[in-house]
Amino acid sequence: MLTACATTRRPTGEELVVVLPGHNGKIGGVVVRSDGKENVLDSAWSASRIHSDWTPEATRLSQSDVKTAFATTIDALPGRPTTYLLYFLEGKDEFTAESRGEVDKIFSELKRRPAPDILVIGHTDTVGGLTYNDKLSLARAERVREKLVALGLSSERIQAAGRGKRELLVNTEDNISEPRNRRVEINVR
Amino acid sequence: MRRIWVLAAALALAGSAVANDIGQVKVTKGGVQVEREGKRQAATVGMGIRASDIFVTGADGSAGITFLDNSLVSVGPNTVFAIDKYAFDTTTHVGEFEGNLKQGKLAAVSGKMVKQSPESMKIRTPASVMAVRGTEFVVQVDPPSQRP
Repeated sequence: MLTACATTRRPTGEELVVVLPGHNGKIGGVVVRSDGKENVLDSAWSASRIHSDWTPEATRLSQSDVKTAFATTIDALPGRPTTYLLYFLEGKDEFTAESRGEVDKIFSELKRRPAPDILVIGHTDTVGGLTYNDKLSLARAERVREKLVALGLSSERIQAAGRGKRELLVNTEDNISEPRNRRVEINVR
Repeated sequence: MRRIWVLAAALALAGSAVANDIGQVKVTKGGVQVEREGKRQAATVGMGIRASDIFVTGADGSAGITFLDNSLVSVGPNTVFAIDKYAFDTTTHVGEFEGNLKQGKLAAVSGKMVKQSPESMKIRTPASVMAVRGTEFVVQVDPPSQRP
């Protein structure tokens, strides 16, 4: 069977696959299938070189080799999708003092992204009824959305939604005042 | 929140782009063309991407794309990269991503679909298939003439 393959295959250019250290430290790996063989790359800098006759060779590259070969490509990766959290005063659509201090930094990070798509989701704690909290959470999200639009971000690319008390960050009984649940998530990519 | 993303994705793309966009160009440098239905156009930041688009870069070209499931892919100079298949369910996170690096360089960071189902993202090259289990990686395919 190997000989049969060898006669039908065209020689290709040399190929190389290298696994990078992940941003969050987790590496699930890449399975490289070539020439009927399987090579699992599951640690940083582990690599597979596939020769022009399709034969794979397990290898490792140094960080500087990868940098030399791939710097332009890696530099072109878009910014990582990120989530920011801002917290609110009880029953209000106003930031806590601490969050007010973080707003500028978060907003300037959002503004630095090219063509950002933003989803703002408001949440509440469990004090009050469903309808009240749905409204309050949406008011919180809208408040953030308005601020982002005022900053000059494209309104078409910013959506706001309220989840009320349906998606608690910290699980509590009903009618519990919990500052960590009074929040807005800003998801950007 | 996942359901909201569906709505948001549809709304967010309602402007210049269309709802069947599967991603967006976030970075371009130098000569970068996108081939769609046989026609080539220059890639621009904010441009919507569709399944079956092909990226073609020049000697000074590179580009970065963010996909619906938060997968990131960039292509380097002298590269031909085709998006053969892309589907993603924003509610279940089930999806399928098949890219084809015919030549050149690529960097990728896997997204939500791979977290949901390992190996749902695949990159094909002329001699291999890379099935992604969740990671960041780079791939290079030399043109046949350059082989030793």
